[in-house]
Amino acid sequence: MDNIVSIAAVLVPLLPLLAAGITAFLKREQRGLSATLVITAQAIACATSLYLLLVAMCEDHGEPGIVHQFFNFPWLTFGNQTLQLGLVLDPLSAGMAAMVSFVSLLIFIYSLGYMHDDRNFTRFFTFLGLFSGAMLGVVLSNSLLLTFVAWELVGLASYLLIGFWFHKHSASAAAKKAFLTTRVGDMGFLIGMFWLYKASGTLLFYDNGAGCLEQTALTTLAHTLAGGMAVSNIIALLIFCGAAGKSGQFPLHVWLPDAMEGPTPVSALIHAATMVAAGVYLVARVFPIFTATGPHSSALVVVACIGAFTALFAALIAVGQWDIKRILAYSTVSQLGFMMLALGVGSVAAAMLHLLAHAFFKALLFLGAGSVIHGVHEEQDIRNMGGLWRKMPTTFLTYTVGMLALAGFPLFFSGFWTKDAILHEAHLWTVSQAPFYMAVAAAFLTAFYMTRQMMYVFFGSYRGNAAHPHESPAVMTVPLVILAAAAILMSLPATPAWPWYEKFLAGHAPSFLPAALFEPGFLQIAATSAAIVFFGIGLGWLIYGRRPLGDTDPLQTVAAPVFRALTNRLYVDEIYEATVIRGLRVLGRVMAWVDRQIVAGAVRAVAWLSFLVSAISNGMDRFLINFGFDSSCNALREYGGGIASCEGGRVQGYLRVLGIGIVVLLGLVAWLLA
Amino acid sequence: MMLQILLAISAALFALGLLAALTRRNAIMVLIGIELMLGAGNLNFISFWKFSAHPETITGVMFAIFSIAIAAAEAAVGLAIVIQVHRRLHSVDVNEANQLKG
Repeated sequence: MDNIVSIAAVLVPLLPLLAAGITAFLKREQRGLSATLVITAQAIACATSLYLLLVAMCEDHGEPGIVHQFFNFPWLTFGNQTLQLGLVLDPLSAGMAAMVSFVSLLIFIYSLGYMHDDRNFTRFFTFLGLFSGAMLGVVLSNSLLLTFVAWELVGLASYLLIGFWFHKHSASAAAKKAFLTTRVGDMGFLIGMFWLYKASGTLLFYDNGAGCLEQTALTTLAHTLAGGMAVSNIIALLIFCGAAGKSGQFPLHVWLPDAMEGPTPVSALIHAATMVAAGVYLVARVFPIFTATGPHSSALVVVACIGAFTALFAALIAVGQWDIKRILAYSTVSQLGFMMLALGVGSVAAAMLHLLAHAFFKALLFLGAGSVIHGVHEEQDIRNMGGLWRKMPTTFLTYTVGMLALAGFPLFFSGFWTKDAILHEAHLWTVSQAPFYMAVAAAFLTAFYMTRQMMYVFFGSYRGNAAHPHESPAVMTVPLVILAAAAILMSLPATPAWPWYEKFLAGHAPSFLPAALFEPGFLQIAATSAAIVFFGIGLGWLIYGRRPLGDTDPLQTVAAPVFRALTNRLYVDEIYEATVIRGLRVLGRVMAWVDRQIVAGAVRAVAWLSFLVSAISNGMDRFLINFGFDSSCNALREYGGGIASCEGGRVQGYLRVLGIGIVVLLGLVAWLLA
Repeated sequence: MMLQILLAISAALFALGLLAALTRRNAIMVLIGIELMLGAGNLNFISFWKFSAHPETITGVMFAIFSIAIAAAEAAVGLAIVIQVHRRLHSVDVNEANQLKG
């Protein structure tokens, strides 16, 4: 990396972090200043990352292959070992950084409107800056260690943001749940990182042939065995644990829907652009480790299966939810499953493309949902909405774009092309066809539950209690319009006719191939997925669109127990409550019993023993030693009482005496030395 | 000269921590003050090691890492005590917790 590029790469994550650091010291009243600082820093970071994207795009294509520009610096030196950190600029990180900073910028601007009346506005912008800086750090890092540090910062910032309204019990509980659940996955990540360092001797991704993602290290990893498995696969699976935690893959998805307790811009930031994408991005980043033993390594098979299962599972649950944001949350889990499936079947390009497209349309949907919630005065239950398309036309139109993109409506919406690419890759997978069929079912359910939500929120008649639902101010609708445009435009680099992003990732010059649109393999999948989408939307309209909706879902009358199970999120939380949490509680009780009975019993035995000894010595005192001591004892007691008054029971008093003692001692030493 | 600067920083950090531990009435703030003092101690370990005769042996770093681990344990115990005090007295004011007198 030359100097200007490396300075730019450092600035991208540093600017939002710095802005967050400065706003942390501002007073609560300095609202304008804090928002200006954070948004300006984010805008500069966004411009810089667009410049970086340009740099990555203009790399010389003289020889095929990806160019990784990096910039490493030593961080810690232990004896003869040096831990290095670094930043990397390649097509993967450049595209992701541009998307993250752009979507974050829009969300920051939207927050100006959404959080306008919150008294902790300044604190909110501090956390936003921290979040965005940490996420850009994850994206641009060239060292697994730096990735981990930034990754944990993202976790911390998301904890702070989910629990932003911490005085609400549910919010602080959700924040703790998010933090603890992702910590379970991060434990695997940490162990994987240690193992990687032990096995390859470096944590840098690219380092002129010495990095852990380069050929030498990969060959070593693939040929070292541990328990009959290649070490590369074990490390890959351990890292995947962390990714599954952050990206809400089954069975660690439980925190993600609860994270809806945060303010809506936070839901957009966490669910669209940043935190949940981090897991998919991490797998894409260390993808060479996953493929070290070949394109169908056991690690990748696990990723594909978990991804496909999560996609279907979460889509099922989304059908039975009533909260407008929770439906979107489960759809996010489901879409992340799609991305993991794409990675598992070996296509980084399809996964990243879906990630980028999803970031735009899901941010759009969340911000649209926020606008709806704002408009109907903090109501989140879709049963209390309805008929809003007349009241909030801009929100309705942009939301429709987002919904059609998410459902994968053919031809003009990005979701169609990216989801198609994933289905296509899954269909070509030679290991098994099961993930493909699960993904098809999930795609059908996506179209269905999004239609259900649209019908409940925007059509029919208004069922809410709040008077006068109203359209949101321009500061909230303008980001919606921009994101809607992006959700449509993102289909351009995603069509097989102009596979710009795929070529860019692979390091080839882009080319225009209209013939690819008419290849039989592609046409077949495209026709299938279009048919599924039409079927899903049609069925949704048949069930929800034709008669006025009430408090009971039409599905409830057909299959009440199934619907109840879906509304209760298929009882995953209850299962965790009954197994993990109860197990921990029982363990705690056992430990408390051991502490009370055995440890304390031993202490008590010692106490009785000393009682015995003291009783003996008491007897000896009383009868063998003269009473004449008593008077001196009394005198001693008086003095002792005087001294005991120093022991006021205040810990700080003791500490003060200690401090004075240190000063006196230091003075004495200084005097003696002099 | 670098060593002196580091030691001065460390001494300032220690004094600040002591000040916080002595004057703050909130038990959490007292704990934070103690953490500051531990940080000052760690800084001393590292700086004396860095400018010692044998910086290639990693003694100072090991001391600092141990001390960080102990500080973590201390914070866990300290916070647990604070929670218990809060349960008993409904306050984290250290002046209210004065029942240990002789």
